[in-house]
Amino acid sequence: MNILISNGRVVDPANRTDAVQNVYVAGGKIVALGSAPDGFVAERTIDASGLVVAPGFIDLAARLREPGFEYRATLESEMEAAMAGGVTSLAIPPDTDPALDEPGLVEMLTYRAKKLNRAHIYPVGALTIGLKGERLSEMAELVEAGCVAFSQANVPIVDNGVLMRALQYAATFGFRVWLQPIAPFLARGGNAHDGEVATRMGLAGIPVAAETVALYTYLELAKITGARLHITRLSSAAGLALIEQARAEGMDVTCDVSINHVHLCDMDIGYFNPNCHLIPPLRSQRDREALCRGLAEGRINALCSDHTPVDDDGKQAPFSESEPGATGLELLLPLTLKWAGRAGLSLLDGLARITSDAARIVGITKAGHLSVGARADVCVFDPDTHVAVTRDSLRSQGKNTPFLGMELPGQVRYTLVEGQVMYEGR
Amino acid sequence: MNQLDAEALCRQLAEQIRPHVTPATALVGIYTGGLWLAERLHKALGIQPPLGAIDVSFYRDDYGSKGLHAKPQKTEIPFNVDGAHVILVDDVLYTGRTTRAALNELFDFGRPAAVELAVLVDRGSRELPIAARYCAHTLPEALPHDQSLELQRDAAGGFTLKLTQRA
Amino acid sequence: MRNPQLNQHGELQHLLTLDGLPRDILTAILDTAAPFTEVAEREVKKLPLLRGKSVFNLFFENSTRTRTTFEIAAKRLSADVVNLNINTSSAAKGESLLDTVDNLCAMQADMFVVRHAASGAPMLIAQHLQNTGRDHIHVVNAGDGRHAHPTQGLLDMYTIRHFKQDFTNLTVAIVGDVLHSRVARSQIAALTTLGVPEVRVIGPKTLLPTEVEKLGVRVFHDMREGLKGVDVVMMLRLQNERMNGALLPTPQEYYKIWGLTAEKLALAKPDAIVMHPGPMNRGVEIDSAVADGTQAVILPQVTFGIAVRMAVMSMLGSHLAPDSTGTRIHA
Repeated sequence: MNILISNGRVVDPANRTDAVQNVYVAGGKIVALGSAPDGFVAERTIDASGLVVAPGFIDLAARLREPGFEYRATLESEMEAAMAGGVTSLAIPPDTDPALDEPGLVEMLTYRAKKLNRAHIYPVGALTIGLKGERLSEMAELVEAGCVAFSQANVPIVDNGVLMRALQYAATFGFRVWLQPIAPFLARGGNAHDGEVATRMGLAGIPVAAETVALYTYLELAKITGARLHITRLSSAAGLALIEQARAEGMDVTCDVSINHVHLCDMDIGYFNPNCHLIPPLRSQRDREALCRGLAEGRINALCSDHTPVDDDGKQAPFSESEPGATGLELLLPLTLKWAGRAGLSLLDGLARITSDAARIVGITKAGHLSVGARADVCVFDPDTHVAVTRDSLRSQGKNTPFLGMELPGQVRYTLVEGQVMYEGR
Repeated sequence: MNQLDAEALCRQLAEQIRPHVTPATALVGIYTGGLWLAERLHKALGIQPPLGAIDVSFYRDDYGSKGLHAKPQKTEIPFNVDGAHVILVDDVLYTGRTTRAALNELFDFGRPAAVELAVLVDRGSRELPIAARYCAHTLPEALPHDQSLELQRDAAGGFTLKLTQRA
Repeated sequence: MRNPQLNQHGELQHLLTLDGLPRDILTAILDTAAPFTEVAEREVKKLPLLRGKSVFNLFFENSTRTRTTFEIAAKRLSADVVNLNINTSSAAKGESLLDTVDNLCAMQADMFVVRHAASGAPMLIAQHLQNTGRDHIHVVNAGDGRHAHPTQGLLDMYTIRHFKQDFTNLTVAIVGDVLHSRVARSQIAALTTLGVPEVRVIGPKTLLPTEVEKLGVRVFHDMREGLKGVDVVMMLRLQNERMNGALLPTPQEYYKIWGLTAEKLALAKPDAIVMHPGPMNRGVEIDSAVADGTQAVILPQVTFGIAVRMAVMSMLGSHLAPDSTGTRIHA
């Protein structure tokens, strides 16, 4: 279908565009910006006056809970959430059940997602079989089946010897390895940041050392093996400092942070709110500020939702017994806008963290920008309207967000995937 | 109530009780006004057993709706209640519920041979079949329910009766 | 978010933790407990306050001692008491905490006394009761994980007030495994709220929680230094499991460095009192001679514990049911 998105404020970080102009879509691609191509007849016109037209957002971590955790959420429900959130590309962590360690599983998942015809999925394969940290997975086969990177999700490899071999093997092919810095024995038994709040609440603490010690190890092993390393979900100022030190020594390493850690700290646990039970834990005020600043200055490369839907039963338990994780696909845009506003960043720079910068980390070239010839993944939104986050307003099956009851800026009006309107808000 | 001389009433009450006092007669004052009164009577009448003090907070029948009163005091009955001749002393007799609560509490200490009630003023409006054996003054007309009548004791220990309008 | 212990009028609806409990409420509980101590000396040790009310002891963690004192307290208030040891029944079958609570509410429970291994469990129950409109049911925390043991903290404060009267000129030392101790956390909260000018914690680094000084305490590792001039010594129980968790080498070494002996106690003030929440590990955290000595007030703690629990249950149990008419009843 030929679509004209007219009169919107086009904000495209990749091309450094921030201007009011028309966008012309045909054949699933962006065919022109500004003036119509010859012979273009719009079959549908979307009036984007007063709205922002941005590339569809790219989320580095969204758990769609299939296969295996269908009682928590399904592809259908979570894809609806993605569309409502303007998220047109999602990277999927490998901690499904079974883990994404088999090409057949990856193909099936990709096939199912394609049939649903909603967002594009970019599966991240399991680095080791079953995420057990013992045997390497068939990385080459998995990449052929569609995996964009390899990870252990939240299950760190205990045996550093295996970790080194895994990095080395991935480096053979130049495959990306995404690692969550968790030193298993330092984090053992803990569920909150080891500090004043955990002490007062009587919660078992996870010290910052659990992140820094793991980071030291990963950075050192990546340096030795030449692996392409991306660090996921930073939680501490000290962790960020280590990454910067490695970069200063010449290493090419990227990192991301979740929307939760940029807005919240351990004090937000309040009276044991299980929606604040997260991996990694929410750390101190100072850590949060350092992460915000790091993201604003681009030292942290991307922002993601770390979408982890948990059913009510999983959350209605005492803090330490609750399932960790927060839902977030539909909050990626609002929380990015809120963070950018607070950090004094332009819309262009703020949105970069969930478009062009995120695309680079996944290795997507055809989307994440609104250049002529790009895949027509677009999000049209109203940056000024505030929306209340309620159980009813969330389309995800997971209602587990610490932002419940809050009003956040940014309302998605249209989401296009490959030139098709997949979502119309209001 | 300015016409009522609490000191005079107290003396009258003592004289009412005096003919009936025996070495076995024990006094128990109900916090707070009743206890002040009982302290005076105990001395004036030469009562032999030590003075008892009873706080009825834990026995009030309005606990379910009104809750625990602020700052309950300690009940102390320093004599053997079994077989005792007890005179309960209170400042004002009204519905009779305080007396009933005091009786309930007293019986948890033992089985007295007899219990009598002595009050300074009877303000009427009884809600239970309770009567004072010794009473210094009965008001001719029952007081309205939104008014409260209480014994006051000044720094020198002098008694007055205070009438307050509840908001 | 409103403190879940207080209702919209600022009155105590549940007793969940001493942290954040206003000073005047704390003091009122101590004041109310005093007259209850006398009941134990009566012929008939019963008061009618909770007659007809059902108190459910919901113990997810085994504890005969604490459960027994709550049971005695409730029965002395004439309540009907039901004891539930959950670890042996439904929870083992996978019934969730809140499902268990809902089932018991359907049996007309008026009060839950809850002990649970997870910090925050009683608060979760209290919030659930509020969310489901059951404002007339009260929760008393009998100990949750490492978080709080408010009635223990209260009876400890009552004991200190009984022997020392004025909180504002005391030095108090808490000795032992503060890291895992809900008792210590409640004690620290109460002591600081009541204005004790110096609260010390004494123990090895492995048993003191991170940033504990931010709770308003002075940290000591040297017990002799820490006990100098102290008015109150509060010993904590050392659990044997800690020895296996690479937190401590042996009970013998622990006793040598942090065990309370007469020699170490002599460094405190001569009239210092020694307290212990029980049960004691004689020869591990405390010497038998000290435990049985003149400065120990461990048995009075137990007696006061029943009075304090009676006071708490009475103060909570006095809240208005939703359909109360509230007519004033006079003397």
